[in-house]
Amino acid sequence: MIDATMATAPVPAPAAPRPLRRDPDGRLIAGVCAGLARRLGVDPLVVRVAFVAAATTGVGIVLYGALWLLLPAEASAEAAPAGRVPGRAAVEVALGVGLLTASVLLAFRGVGVLFSDAIVWPVVLVAAGGALIWRQSAGRPVAPAAPAAAPRTEAEEPTLRAATFSRTGIGAALVIAAGLVFLQATGALGAARDAVLVALVAATVLAVIFAPWWVRLLRSLSAERASRIREQERAEMAAHLHDSVLQTLALVQRRADDPREVAALARRQERELRSWLAGRVPRGDAPRLRAALEAVADEVEQDHRVAVDVVAVGDAPLDARGEALVAAAREAVVNAAKFGDGAPVAVFAEAGEDGLVVFVRDRGPGFDPSTVPEDRRGLRESIVGRMARHGGAAAVRSQPGLGTEVELALPEDAP
Amino acid sequence: MSAPRVAIVDDHALFRAGVRAELEDRVKIVGDAGSVAEAVSLIRTTEPEVVLLDVHMPDGGGVEVIRLVGDEPEGVRYLALSVSDAAEDVIAVIRAGARGYVTKNIDADALADAVRRVHDGDAVFSPRLAGFVLDAFAGRAPAAADPALDELTPRERDVLQLIARGYLYKEIALRLGISAKTVEAHVSAVLRKLQLSNRHELSRWAMERRLVD
Repeated sequence: MIDATMATAPVPAPAAPRPLRRDPDGRLIAGVCAGLARRLGVDPLVVRVAFVAAATTGVGIVLYGALWLLLPAEASAEAAPAGRVPGRAAVEVALGVGLLTASVLLAFRGVGVLFSDAIVWPVVLVAAGGALIWRQSAGRPVAPAAPAAAPRTEAEEPTLRAATFSRTGIGAALVIAAGLVFLQATGALGAARDAVLVALVAATVLAVIFAPWWVRLLRSLSAERASRIREQERAEMAAHLHDSVLQTLALVQRRADDPREVAALARRQERELRSWLAGRVPRGDAPRLRAALEAVADEVEQDHRVAVDVVAVGDAPLDARGEALVAAAREAVVNAAKFGDGAPVAVFAEAGEDGLVVFVRDRGPGFDPSTVPEDRRGLRESIVGRMARHGGAAAVRSQPGLGTEVELALPEDAP
Repeated sequence: MSAPRVAIVDDHALFRAGVRAELEDRVKIVGDAGSVAEAVSLIRTTEPEVVLLDVHMPDGGGVEVIRLVGDEPEGVRYLALSVSDAAEDVIAVIRAGARGYVTKNIDADALADAVRRVHDGDAVFSPRLAGFVLDAFAGRAPAAADPALDELTPRERDVLQLIARGYLYKEIALRLGISAKTVEAHVSAVLRKLQLSNRHELSRWAMERRLVD
């Protein structure tokens, strides 16, 4: 956290003591001197001069290399957000370490301490390869933090990973090559080849012996996992069937003497099971027109023992006005159930470009709208009034003997 | 006019028995079948005029029955009857050649009426099927649209909407001031479009269905 805040703010003058870090922003080579200077509160130039002086003896170079490897870099204001691939730095570091090692060893040779070529080049290769691998694995944890600053696209992610692997591979190849060069130079390669041959033969023999067993183990493991998943699914389905279908069947048995009740129970269960099978989102979150009307139908069926069928074309999320439309529709469905003489109620909803429209129709006795008693507040207040308040409209068509239809319209862009 | 000769195809014996009991004294039931293979041989041997066809059955369901029977015998008419309210299943069986779709909770009178209308060569749209069709033809037509097939006329839309709202054909005729025959003609035209249109939604449904089979 602290690092992150420091990284985002421009680096201020060295006010508080801070951990010793390399400073990639002020770097000439790797930022070692700049980091040291910042820690010590002196000009980087002073530190650099000191290092160059020390380098003439060789000590400075070794020290610099060691610090480069050991000191973590300060989170860079420039490097990270610019989306710099950490891999490039790793290659640079490896090259640098290799060259440094070479120069140190050659310097030693120059002052008379003699290393043979058999030692010098393998050591250089090991140093470079090792640095590459080490940097690669050390650099990894940086990656997850990076997206916060510079979101990486998903497509970049695999290429990045592939690059990481290939660099690790190059590092490993360098180290192995170093080993081979060393063995070759000391004449031990022949013996090593024998040992490798023995190891290879042994590995092959073991592989042949244990492969079937190993494959079987893997297969049984995956089979076991599959069966565990199946078991879980079965348990979940059993739980659901128990809570819903079995409960309903029990109720049906107890209410066997009331056909209307039984039919309503069956319909309610059917609706619930259907929506479960269709994987529809349970009601409650983000109300949508279709689900809201289904819920209304469900509720009214339960309360009034009348079949309510919902047919919806399109769907739309509900805002406050949409909620009002559903409330008005609910009132209309309740009316149809109450006064429709037990006839089924048909609800049709359409969500189109110019708004929402809901029709509620029953095939009950119907009535003459001009003779609606004053006390039928439901129709006047809850339906007509409510729709008008929300910039919509309600129309009621009814004729004695032909049933009733309530039309609710909510235009898209009304105030 | 004699009663239509009807075959019942459904993999639930209980349901077949129920439909048989309901329809027995209104139509002539020539037999029933519980699987695709049984259905095909039943239709070949008894040559029914109307087949009540379950959408969902093992081995491919109603679509497969229509495909296997083909033109042999000729002139068999199918009415899909299903608990399924998955649009793609219903549309697939209609596109395969069924002349209508009703849900299994339809009452006996309405079912007998639907059988008679299919027998007469009309299309039978339940409110739910009308809803599916409006959904499928909603939105913009595909780029290479053939308006004669890929779009509904305003009048066809009106008719379908009234069906979806629960109106009967004669009520629709009254409402729109047209004859019941004209309503039938509109519905048949929609059925033809449904079977021949290349609208994106329809071909997608059909394709998904083929992948499932």
